[in-house]
Amino acid sequence: MFEGTSPFSDSVDATFLSIVGISALVLLGILAFMIYFLVRYSRKRNPHPENIEGNVALEVAWTAIPLVLFMGMFYVGWKGYLDETTIPDNAVPIKVTAQMWAWSFEYPNGVRADTLYVPVHTPMKILLHSVDVNHSFFIPSFRIKRDVFPNRETVMWFKTTEVAEYDIACAEYCGLRHSYMYNKVVSMDSVRFEGWYKKASIDQSKPYRALGDLSQ
Amino acid sequence: MATSVVLAGAEPDFYHTVTKRKGILSWILTTDHKRIGILYLGTILVFFHAAVVLGFLMRLEMLKPEGALVEPQTYNTFFTLHGIIMIFLFVIPIVPAVFGNFFLPLMIGAKDVFFPRLNLFSWWLFIAGGILALTSVFLPGGAADTGWTFYVPYSIRTTTNVIPALLAAFILGFSSILTGLNFITTIHRMRAPGMTWFKMPLFVWASYATSWIQVLATPIIGITLLLVIIERLFGVGIFDPTLGGDPVLFQHMFWMYSHPAVYIIILPAMGVVSEIIPVFARRTIFGYNFIAYSSLAIAFFGSLVWAHHMFTVGMSDTGMFVFSLLTFLVSIPSAIKIFNWVATLYKGSIDLDVPLLFVLSFIVQFSIGGFTGLMLGALSVNIHVTDTYFVVGHFHYVMFGGTGFGFFAALHYWYPKMFGRMYNKGAAKIAWLLSTIGFNILYIPFLILGYAGMPRRYYHYLPQFQTLHVVATVGSWILVLGLGIMFVNLFLALRNGAKTSANPWGGETLEWTTPSPPPLENFDEIPVVTKGPYDYSKYEKAAQEVA
Ligand SMILES: [Cu+2]
Ligand SMILES: [Cu+2]
Repeated sequence: MFEGTSPFSDSVDATFLSIVGISALVLLGILAFMIYFLVRYSRKRNPHPENIEGNVALEVAWTAIPLVLFMGMFYVGWKGYLDETTIPDNAVPIKVTAQMWAWSFEYPNGVRADTLYVPVHTPMKILLHSVDVNHSFFIPSFRIKRDVFPNRETVMWFKTTEVAEYDIACAEYCGLRHSYMYNKVVSMDSVRFEGWYKKASIDQSKPYRALGDLSQ
Repeated sequence: MATSVVLAGAEPDFYHTVTKRKGILSWILTTDHKRIGILYLGTILVFFHAAVVLGFLMRLEMLKPEGALVEPQTYNTFFTLHGIIMIFLFVIPIVPAVFGNFFLPLMIGAKDVFFPRLNLFSWWLFIAGGILALTSVFLPGGAADTGWTFYVPYSIRTTTNVIPALLAAFILGFSSILTGLNFITTIHRMRAPGMTWFKMPLFVWASYATSWIQVLATPIIGITLLLVIIERLFGVGIFDPTLGGDPVLFQHMFWMYSHPAVYIIILPAMGVVSEIIPVFARRTIFGYNFIAYSSLAIAFFGSLVWAHHMFTVGMSDTGMFVFSLLTFLVSIPSAIKIFNWVATLYKGSIDLDVPLLFVLSFIVQFSIGGFTGLMLGALSVNIHVTDTYFVVGHFHYVMFGGTGFGFFAALHYWYPKMFGRMYNKGAAKIAWLLSTIGFNILYIPFLILGYAGMPRRYYHYLPQFQTLHVVATVGSWILVLGLGIMFVNLFLALRNGAKTSANPWGGETLEWTTPSPPPLENFDEIPVVTKGPYDYSKYEKAAQEVA
């Protein structure tokens, strides 16, 4: 579940797990107090209650402490998000077209593919648009997604950290075969990638220029 | 209750009032807030059980990666209907329309709501909307398959019966607005002498804040849904890009209502919790003012965070920053409530009876709903988990684990007042245990599945998710068993439950000063209020020694 495969995976997981950790501690605290009070002040043990109407110091404390914690969580989430939207200048632009119910990819020289082949360690700039309804481009392992619309282009980026294959899913409900709208990102070492890219360019009679040159 | 003996001289309870109309007409044309509350309860429970069956079938479907039961199109209509019914016909109306109607006038010492006939009209609108939603399933074209969120352009393109479903939601919205209007007026104008704002029970405060959201936010969804209908019928381009519209505009307008609706759903249930804890802890509530004001704060800040449902649409950085920040801020008043509730148990004299058990489940499950909400509020995490099972798990913790269990608590707490009888407490405790265990076994796997990358609204899924899906489905069986025992138990007690006194729990709010069930106009004489709603000082040691 927690394999770091994009520049964002580790930081998203760390943010998530730290909020889970804090939450678990607070929840345990709430449970502990609750159970202790239920046992200690049961009607049998404590037939006479005490009517404590409140305590301003406590109210201030349990307003201020969550406030500080929440602002911390907000800040970490915001920082992580900025990394996801700050696209490196040398990123290779790939046009992604979504339609019911498939993805297709277009490389800078016009080469088209049904699978997203990418060279490892290379930043890719993903330009998304749809020809019909809303979709959402979701790569769970990379911890990123972006909605896809018919009337505007949306953008995201990633780079892979190892040679492997990852699932692409559609995360915005788009009708009958929404759940079959799976595809793959295939991350290859640059030699194998250029081999594939050159062959695809020749097959589709597009001018070939190494992607590595583009991203310099 | 059919057999209850009317004591000579005493006024008959509201079930036995001699009315102009007889039989069913004495119900469906009644203007008595209590009868209207019972009408809502009966009808909402029918819808609730229908949607539970749909949810149960969806879980069966998810037993196998390729689907185990129905065709994809059927599954898509199942989650759409499950959502529409649960949201618009169950969680939104359940607490205000049933317990608000029945108990709000009783708790403020009034004989009825301010507009009794409008109240009846609200119920009729509710029925009309409900029937329309159900008939849309059987009309040619088939049930809507858009999800309860009706996102454009899909909702413009699909050939299913989207228009009846939208119209149903539109009519139900009107019912909700009128109920809100009625409660606001009732609370302003009909409080018994001496009941100042800060002597009101906290359920009344919560209802007051809720009513304002109902009145102010519901028109937005009404207009939005109407615009989709106009777009479908007349091809006017508002949201559909092929006509020059903008689908993101639809999302903004949809969530501008549907986020505040979350607080329409949860605030009244929080009010229930604030009522029940002092009664069973036999002491005053901790931090009355903080709980009352936090309801207003939730209503206010809650109207400013809608776009947190849309963090992946490609908003400006400013938008992302502000909506995330406000989302964290709006969780503070909820946290304050939880701490005050737990503190109310401190130095109480606690009787761990059925309603309090459900309240404890509420507190824990609503807390988990809140914590998962924080995870969703953090932008980088949101991008990953939005539109996955994590979100589905999160909102079921809030809506079902929170409001659903708040409803069960309210039902078990006020049952003796509403029906004059007590249910079997042993069976109710078993039902509580099973439903709490089943609920958590069902929805904890959702959170894990979502983080692992399982998107929502999927008919088919990858094989690695199967184990958790099977665990969740087993949880749904335990939950349904618990619900079955709960409702059979409550149903049987209508006839066989032991008669109860006016005040079986020892509550201090005004509804407990009336007979169970109360007579037509609640109070022979309008009470004069001199003390706060949770004055349990008579049980204190000092008081005992003096006596
Ligand atoms: Cu799609
Ligand atoms: Cu929201």
